[in-house]
Amino acid sequence: MKVKLRNPDRVVDVSGPSDVVSLLRRLEIVPEAVLVIRDHTLLTRDEALSQEDELEIRPVLSGGSR
Amino acid sequence: MRCKVCLEHAVVDIRRHNAAFCGPHLLDHIRNQVARAIKEFKMFGHDDRLLVAASGGKDSLALWDILLALGYDATGFYLSLGIGGYSSRSRKAAEDFAASRGAKLIVRSLEDEHGYTVPELAQLTGRVPCSGCGLNKRYEFNRAALEEGFDVLVTGHNLDDEVATLFGNVLHWNIDMLGRQAPVLEERVLGGDAGTPPALVRKVKPLVRVAERESAAYALVAGIDYIVEECPMVDGNTQHLYKEAITLIEESSPGTKHQMYFGFLKRAAHHFADQQDDAVVVACTNCGAPTVAGGPADPVCSFCKTKALAHHRRDQGVTPRRPARRRRSR
Repeated sequence: MKVKLRNPDRVVDVSGPSDVVSLLRRLEIVPEAVLVIRDHTLLTRDEALSQEDELEIRPVLSGGSR
Repeated sequence: MRCKVCLEHAVVDIRRHNAAFCGPHLLDHIRNQVARAIKEFKMFGHDDRLLVAASGGKDSLALWDILLALGYDATGFYLSLGIGGYSSRSRKAAEDFAASRGAKLIVRSLEDEHGYTVPELAQLTGRVPCSGCGLNKRYEFNRAALEEGFDVLVTGHNLDDEVATLFGNVLHWNIDMLGRQAPVLEERVLGGDAGTPPALVRKVKPLVRVAERESAAYALVAGIDYIVEECPMVDGNTQHLYKEAITLIEESSPGTKHQMYFGFLKRAAHHFADQQDDAVVVACTNCGAPTVAGGPADPVCSFCKTKALAHHRRDQGVTPRRPARRRRSR
């Protein structure tokens, strides 16, 4: 599957994970820190994935001045 | 997973609430959390004119959307910080959102108002960019709210923001900052005289019951095209570092963020509040804006001191230094 990552934007190929939480574990990403998106739709962490999926993993933590 | 409300297919899981929601019920859930915070902390009413600090990011645009959906009189305020393409794109996000909702957006820029951008300010003064940025935003947000006749300044600080700040203030025992950390900062008048016009407008944070991930999910489900990219000046920001640490804990123990922040408000905040209440607000002798009296007979506010330093160094032809950079946090 193709996975778009942010900051900076890039696309990586990942094979194997069968659901969202496995994918995030493979990429060493904390689930609480991101949203996973497929076809403009959010996915819960138990959502099944297929090798043909094109996904975006979008970070949600923003920082900076207060 | 199934939606907690309608049992349809869920799109978001919120582990701290032991719940998952479909798109429409996520929007309802988040709006209810905001409405609850507004009521619980007596933030404002439907007769108040609200100025929403709109950065173009997920939190401020989601909050603005929620306030409009709840029927409040909410105008946006975008302050251009002059951070290259990032500022152009964030401004467009704010303008596009306002146009899509038929809402009014006030736009100002630091360069037009004060003659410098955030990167230039950092280079000229040697201040960490986020520090100078925050100082200027607080000053300009308050000035705009007063000049444009708004009753309340609304910011998009979410639960993660508040927990990260609390975490940092406890790590360093910033007692005065702990005294100031609250979902509502009441308006202040010069000299503390009741009956005079406010010098510091009332500031509120209606997203304190909404975690950062929930705010982002709301924006995405609501079709808000917010700016996803991170500010290029934020590398190594300690607030971001604290958020990463807290998120790791939250992942292992859902609900920790909520317990830390609301536990502080309920059980500890009152221990620090007295110090802040004693501070008297006086007029800056340079710009007239409010500043806390610190003892000198001729007080000048931090904003004016920083602005003067930047212009002084530029007038002297001082070669700008690169802004302080710390380690990249991820």
